[in-house]
Amino acid sequence: MIQSILLSSILEGLLFGFVTIGVYITFRVLAFPDLTVDGSFVTGGSVAAVMIATGHNPFLATFASLIAGLIAGTITAALNTALRINALLSGILMMVGLYSVNLRIMHGANIPLIRSITIFESVAHFFSIRRNSILIIYTLVVLAIIFFLALNWFLRTEIGLALRASGDNEQMVRGLGSDTNKNVALGCAISNGLVALAGSLVAQSQGFCDVNMGIGMIVMGLAALIIGEGILHPRGTGKILFACFVGTFMYRLFITIALRLGLAPGDLKLITATLVVIVLGIPYVRKRLRGEWVPPAARM
Amino acid sequence: MGRRDDHILLRLIDIRKVFSRGTIDEVTALDGINLDVYEQDFVTIIGSNGAGKSTLLNVIAGIYPPERGGNVCIVDQDITNIPEYKHAEYAGRVYQDPSEGTAAKLTIEENMAMALLRGQSRGLRAAISKRRRELFRSALSPLGLGLEDRLSAYVATLSGGQRQSLALVMATISKPAILLLDEHIATLDPKTAETVLELSDMIVKRERMTTIMVTHNMDIALRYGNRLIMMHQGKILVNMGEEEKKKLTIADLVMAFERAAGEEFKDDSIMLSQR
Repeated sequence: MIQSILLSSILEGLLFGFVTIGVYITFRVLAFPDLTVDGSFVTGGSVAAVMIATGHNPFLATFASLIAGLIAGTITAALNTALRINALLSGILMMVGLYSVNLRIMHGANIPLIRSITIFESVAHFFSIRRNSILIIYTLVVLAIIFFLALNWFLRTEIGLALRASGDNEQMVRGLGSDTNKNVALGCAISNGLVALAGSLVAQSQGFCDVNMGIGMIVMGLAALIIGEGILHPRGTGKILFACFVGTFMYRLFITIALRLGLAPGDLKLITATLVVIVLGIPYVRKRLRGEWVPPAARM
Repeated sequence: MGRRDDHILLRLIDIRKVFSRGTIDEVTALDGINLDVYEQDFVTIIGSNGAGKSTLLNVIAGIYPPERGGNVCIVDQDITNIPEYKHAEYAGRVYQDPSEGTAAKLTIEENMAMALLRGQSRGLRAAISKRRRELFRSALSPLGLGLEDRLSAYVATLSGGQRQSLALVMATISKPAILLLDEHIATLDPKTAETVLELSDMIVKRERMTTIMVTHNMDIALRYGNRLIMMHQGKILVNMGEEEKKKLTIADLVMAFERAAGEEFKDDSIMLSQR
């Protein structure tokens, strides 16, 4: 039983870890609270599902979902930088709008992938074995490593540094000759590209895509990010990216255990909320107990 | 300073800036500024609060364009209406608040790497390399603050004076055409202020940078630079060259200001600190 809990947590940690990295890039790196995620997650899932269901190459379908996410993120950033719509509102507008777009893409609310060839079937076929959860985990580990290395490299390049600086001191970045609007667009694009990729992987792993599967994704991503940061106190881009996966794994572990303890799936949202409150609250309570100075409550 | 009178670096033509136009809050921050700055000039600008000093620097740095009809030309390029981030190629700036000129959540070397690429295209090369680190060390060591040994420290851990010194090096490392010092020592304690001021002067002289320094302090305005400009209510009241400035005293300055500004100065005199 412990093994099965761990296995499913690792699997989901890897799948949703991409969402957490996406949330990290917008919320932490860019300081752009992007709520597009709930929509772009499903956009990724539905693009991949439609293509796979109609017999396209699953790898091509997965890549297409990434591109769909890149486009969604770019539009969110454009709403903010070109039309000066508030960042939160830009994300909300996109999230709402994408719901209809996703229904259009799927021609309905749901696409089953049970008898279709997903990337996991392809990989299984390549190694001449049957699809199983261990194989899915290995496939995801390879994908995770590829994206981890790529992002860890990218964030340290000249462009990547400008992107990170844009979320820290935008005025300074413009003053040093880098177009912060472009940086924000690039960051939002990468973020939602990863989120859409996660959506397509989740759809392929669970065997269907549903228009409602993105609900609460942003909260999950934030919770996982906060847990990862709380546990590892990461310093430097590589460790933060790693912490995203660890945080997502821990989050999924808590959820799985809670479910096994007999809580209903409907209780999950409350568990998530409670988890975030605990992780965020503990450091302050601890400081209070030690009699340390605590800064006034922040509202932004 | 080896100034070359024939070589105009920065030319401001009829710069006006009106905020909140057409409302009861309408303010004319700049009211027809004409100014030529020659290569290797070190201009100090003095004036009371609301004189338009910072607005003038903001126009030069491209934060906002001047009203129609005005022109900002630098190294023979008209930069009046190009986007703010493109001004970086021409103007390096140190702000009043140390937190404005540096990125707190990045390390010292990351801040330096951002500054090194001022006005250049940024690519997919590693932002920090061994060679660049050497360059950062040699640029930071003249400060005498030990920053060169703490390249991977977060800037948030530095004091205000250290951050402002870092900002100064960042503004000058890639040698923009002009250096804008915007009351850059106003928030520092007197001793640190003096140190940062000396550093500024040292770097300006060493790099032969054309510089505009805004200050509230008459003494500093007299001690540094080869030209002095006094602003009041969006206009240039006094524009002194090297010869005049050498003989100038604070008393002269106060008198010159009183003469030009007339009665209004009585209220404003308290705004200008004499030491």
